Amino acid sequence: MNRSLDLENQPSPESSDSGSSQVLLERVDQLRQGLSGRFHDEVVQTLYDDARRIADRSVRHQGPERFHLGEHMDKLITHPILGLPIMGVLLAIVFWLTVTGANIPSAIIAGALMQDGGIAAPLEQYMGITSPAWMSVSLYQLLHNVMAWAGSPLWLTGLSLDGVYLSLAWVISVMLPPMMIFFPMFTLLEDLGYLPRVAFNLDWMFKKAGAHGKQALTMSMGFGCNAAGVIACRVIDSPREKLVAILTNNFVPCNGRFPTLIMIATLFVATRFPPAWSSVAAAGTVVAVVLLGVMITLLVSGALTRTALKGEPSAFTLELPPYRRPAFLQVIYTSIIDRTIFVLARACWVAAPAGALIWILGNVNLEGQSLAAYGIRWLDPMGQVMGLDGVILLAYLIAIPANEIVVPVMLMLYMQHNRMIELENQAMSNILLEHGWSMLTAICLMLFCLLHNPCGTTIWTIWRETRSRRWTIFATLMPLVLGIIACTAVATIARFF
Amino acid sequence: MVWKLFNSGHCAECTECDPGHGGNVDPGQGDYVVALAGNPNTGKSTVFNALTGMNQHTGNWPGKTVTRAEGRYTYQDSLYKLIDLPGTYSLLSASTDEEIARDFILFGKPHCTVVVTDATALQRNLNLALQVFEITPRVVVCVNLMDEARRKGLKIDIHRLSEDLGVPVVATAARRKEGLVDLQNAIAEVAQQQRKAKPYTSPAPLAIQKALDELVPMIQSMAPGLPNARWVAYRLLEGDIHVRQAVQSDTLGKQLQYHHVTVNRGGNR
Repeated sequence: MNRSLDLENQPSPESSDSGSSQVLLERVDQLRQGLSGRFHDEVVQTLYDDARRIADRSVRHQGPERFHLGEHMDKLITHPILGLPIMGVLLAIVFWLTVTGANIPSAIIAGALMQDGGIAAPLEQYMGITSPAWMSVSLYQLLHNVMAWAGSPLWLTGLSLDGVYLSLAWVISVMLPPMMIFFPMFTLLEDLGYLPRVAFNLDWMFKKAGAHGKQALTMSMGFGCNAAGVIACRVIDSPREKLVAILTNNFVPCNGRFPTLIMIATLFVATRFPPAWSSVAAAGTVVAVVLLGVMITLLVSGALTRTALKGEPSAFTLELPPYRRPAFLQVIYTSIIDRTIFVLARACWVAAPAGALIWILGNVNLEGQSLAAYGIRWLDPMGQVMGLDGVILLAYLIAIPANEIVVPVMLMLYMQHNRMIELENQAMSNILLEHGWSMLTAICLMLFCLLHNPCGTTIWTIWRETRSRRWTIFATLMPLVLGIIACTAVATIARFF
Repeated sequence: MVWKLFNSGHCAECTECDPGHGGNVDPGQGDYVVALAGNPNTGKSTVFNALTGMNQHTGNWPGKTVTRAEGRYTYQDSLYKLIDLPGTYSLLSASTDEEIARDFILFGKPHCTVVVTDATALQRNLNLALQVFEITPRVVVCVNLMDEARRKGLKIDIHRLSEDLGVPVVATAARRKEGLVDLQNAIAEVAQQQRKAKPYTSPAPLAIQKALDELVPMIQSMAPGLPNARWVAYRLLEGDIHVRQAVQSDTLGKQLQYHHVTVNRGGNR
């Protein structure tokens, strides 16, 4: 209790009420002695009886009792054994649809914005449509010609087109299509009432980890956006358990990180399988990474509640809401306007200056070497130990404000000298292979994508919610250290064999 | 904009509160303040969006609204300021959500409190409505999700319900924008006190009734015109610290002092 507040609230001696309030409170205390301890229960019981009586008087059942699909579905979905596999399969379907559905629109957007061959090439390749010649020019080529015609100096063309514009084009073509597919599906599941059931299925695991059952809910929110997940932790009443939930929210990949996972899974895992199975394999890989994230969440929560944040788990009841038929138009509106555009806009705000920064890093030379080369060379030893390389680490440094731009930044850094504007899977995979990538790089990158410092917005949100510099620093560094350890361990073991 | 508010005596779990630094929010920016209360998952946020034309994210899970949202709408030339309270099952025990919702209705003294109920689970939802009645008579009961009730073959006699409860009852299907004008009309009537409501109150068990009979006149003489003397007496008997403090500091009859306002933009998707 805050002392200054108490003083503030002391009745002033002159107040005519202070005497009577004193008398009142004394009388209350006397009367309380005489009441049975169960009077609260009696009052509540009366209230409930009245509510039942009133409701019964005005509610009528019409027609025969209908078959309640919801209850039967719940038996299956929250089944102690089947519940978890069903959850995995549902997630896999969502990712599979995202992976397969995003390919063609991504190629078309990339064609329109930057790829040589314009949209004519992907239309020809995927749909067998032959387009007129003017459609085989990308906006990037067009802008280049316009700038050259206007006599713009080379550095200006480079900074604005090869830096800012290209990085924006990358972010949009890599992120927009998967988000347009993933967000509506995620929101539909949420609207339907599936997310609380996920929480219900996972509840016992969180209890075992000594954490609050509602953490399963805040974790699910984290799949959308970790910053939103951290804010959602307010639903947990106990400060200790809230802190556990906040500190571990970053272990589930958010929407900004899914494109990275999906792309790596598509390029490196999918290509090892026959075409018929490739997208299934890619989706399965993403699901595996997600499940790993959930496992790490549980392990770290368990470690925290047994060490720094010891205490009794508090009980709570989670009510399963009824299934609702989702309002489709509303869902599409929310997921496109509120989520897709919101996330994309954030990514663009970060990508534009990052693009300029990359161009400067790549084109400002110091003793015959670009600044980027220095940075990459400096980070490379550490990257190699972790099964990654200097470019990937530099990309993660540049992408601290928003993880969405990791892949575009990485590719732009690789392609510094021969501007990379090719989005076709095989070509992209070849280019990465040329830069020394292997299956190990892909695995370590997916691990690092899961385990590294939260993005700038999330760090700021953690500070806002905890108001503690110590916990914010801990929340930032702990996943990073875990990531470095995990990647190094995997790389070391892999090289050993 | 999302904001936190606490009554002057107590900051429940507010870690950032500085008593000397009171960013006062003036609830009188609108002509009338309307609170939206209700069980979790009854579509409060959908009703909120439908009334204000805002797009607060709605999700089908309990506890989705972790921060209060605030919006406004105009109806017949009056401005109504709408506060979406966190969903609660009761106002009795002491979770943070319940405390926030209760404190707002008690100390914020909204001109009207709308209790949003789920037409398919009316009995459980009325528990909360009856508890709100104890605190304020200025209530509209909104029976939402009528479309689902119809689908499940439930027929609800709104007129009879209104008679039994003693307050205006409006049937809505906020998702389909059904019944919203009726709701706005009922809110206007209650907020402008065009209609004297006599909400149903559950009789207290005999032993408690005696104690209440003694305490209520004392409280009424202390704070004339207090609408919820009976409830205050009951809470005092229960040992409610907030209410006790309010009595001590003589703030029962006064408007809530808003202090500490957190503005929270973005990231809340």
